[in-house]
Amino acid sequence: MNLKSYLKEKFVSKEFDAQLDKIEKPVGSLGYDPWGFNAETNKVMLALFKGIYNKYFRVQADGIDNIPAKGPVLIVGNHSGQLPIDGTLVGYAIATREKAPRIPRAMIERFFPTVPFLGNLLNQAGAVLGDPVNCARMLENDEAVIVFPEGIRGSGKLYKDRYQLKRFGNGFMHLAMQHNATIVPVGIVGCEETIPAIANIKPLAKMLGIPYVPVTLPVVLPAKVHLNFGKPMKFEGGDTTEEEVTRRVEQVKSVISDLIDKGLSERKRLF
Amino acid sequence: MAKKQKPTVLITGAAGALAQQVINRLRDRYQIVAVDFRKQTYLSDDIPSYQINFNKRVFEDLFRKYDFDGVIHLGRITSSEETRMRRYNANVLGSQKLLELSHKYGIEKVIVLSTYHVYGANAYNPALINETAPLKAAELTMDLIDSVELENLANIYLWKYRDLNITILRPCNIVGPGVQNTMSSLLASKNAPVLAGFSPVMQFIHIDDMSDAIVLAYEKNKSGIYNVAPNDWVSYQQALELSGCRKIPLPSIPPALPRFLARALDLKIFPAFLINYFKYSVVIDGRSFNKTFGYKVKRPLKEIFRYYREMKNS
Repeated sequence: MNLKSYLKEKFVSKEFDAQLDKIEKPVGSLGYDPWGFNAETNKVMLALFKGIYNKYFRVQADGIDNIPAKGPVLIVGNHSGQLPIDGTLVGYAIATREKAPRIPRAMIERFFPTVPFLGNLLNQAGAVLGDPVNCARMLENDEAVIVFPEGIRGSGKLYKDRYQLKRFGNGFMHLAMQHNATIVPVGIVGCEETIPAIANIKPLAKMLGIPYVPVTLPVVLPAKVHLNFGKPMKFEGGDTTEEEVTRRVEQVKSVISDLIDKGLSERKRLF
Repeated sequence: MAKKQKPTVLITGAAGALAQQVINRLRDRYQIVAVDFRKQTYLSDDIPSYQINFNKRVFEDLFRKYDFDGVIHLGRITSSEETRMRRYNANVLGSQKLLELSHKYGIEKVIVLSTYHVYGANAYNPALINETAPLKAAELTMDLIDSVELENLANIYLWKYRDLNITILRPCNIVGPGVQNTMSSLLASKNAPVLAGFSPVMQFIHIDDMSDAIVLAYEKNKSGIYNVAPNDWVSYQQALELSGCRKIPLPSIPPALPRFLARALDLKIFPAFLINYFKYSVVIDGRSFNKTFGYKVKRPLKEIFRYYREMKNS
């Protein structure tokens, strides 16, 4: 028995297995898709993440049904917390929602495929290299894709800058318009407190060839996480000026900012 | 010259298993002439077979003698064979000679077999690479330059001599009975090296399916560049497991280390210049070929790996 089968037998209950089997996700004859997603690994990862989602971060997800059951969707959120915990929590929430669950795909930094073990593991769990070509092909395949237009600027920010949205790239808006994808904004509150960083050791990051090296505690803190999904947004395609695209991006950014404020006001305590 | 009973096709790389499969599929309807750079291969009494260097003048005599209607160029010397210079001469200059002669003698159909290696294995590759993607292989290793050059050359001739109707095929890993490339040797081996922590997504096509694709491309005669791959994927390490191989992990960091080990241990089965292909996925999109030629693979991945597993048990 290989490690995957062992972990599946040990951690994936029959009910959870059956629940995930109901999700319509096209894969090849051995359970893989072209981006490296693997149905069995995904089940193990979600099962292992169940306790982390429910007990460690005690995630409260509101408006999850705003994500359409079918068709191309971009789930656009604020990025935070040094590690891609935010994307994983959003992904888990969508994959385990009661009504029409989907396997959302997270776009990850270009650095991850070069990391042994982690790169493949993330791919098998559904994460995909953050490349516009990948995103476009997935939208053509009617996938739901999680994107953080702040990128590294968002996840690498320091604790003193928490919940301040950094500059959004325009790429996601172009893709949504070209592929007629619905945008669902999400405000994520709590992840900023999971790995609070007070500084970034830039020379060391440069030397190691990684995006940043935060000065932080060597643990992930159990902050309570609020996910607030906003109403779906649609933007017409066609020949649009970059100025208009930027205006539309600002519109999405403003909705996310409101959703963050909602999460912050709902929050009773940090942990 | 006597009037021909059947159209005549020149097939290169006749010593290889793929060419022999293609010949078997075409021999009833075509007069086949087989050539190979490497050795003379006996196929049957009705198929003339030659060992010829395309760069020699005597090669033109075949064109004078047989009045070919088409060429199926499968005779690419792979990177594990010959020195870099000899390979360049054979693959690039030899192919140029072949294309020039094809034009001179009025041939109307040329198939050129390339490889998905031309895209290059890069950490930043998106999945489902289509035919418009840049060919990055030469950037990564000098050993694949001749593969990229062969493609570029075929591409130039595709536009220069439109009447040749060149079709370039870029298949994924061709495996199955008789195939002796790197991937087939790995699946057939009892102990196969893997890079610790890397198991890229790969595509495999059975030699029978690939032969069908070549025959289809020849007979439907639609020029252009096409990826050939099934709509199915598997990780390298799982492919080894399903083929009954024992995995031997090699250290993967720093990146120079596995390359050094492959060279130092002279691992022919795991060549240093292909190391990146065991690290990063090169997933090609074969949908254009499938749509244009109405093609679908018949042998699923499980059947491919079963063959290798049973081969070890027998």
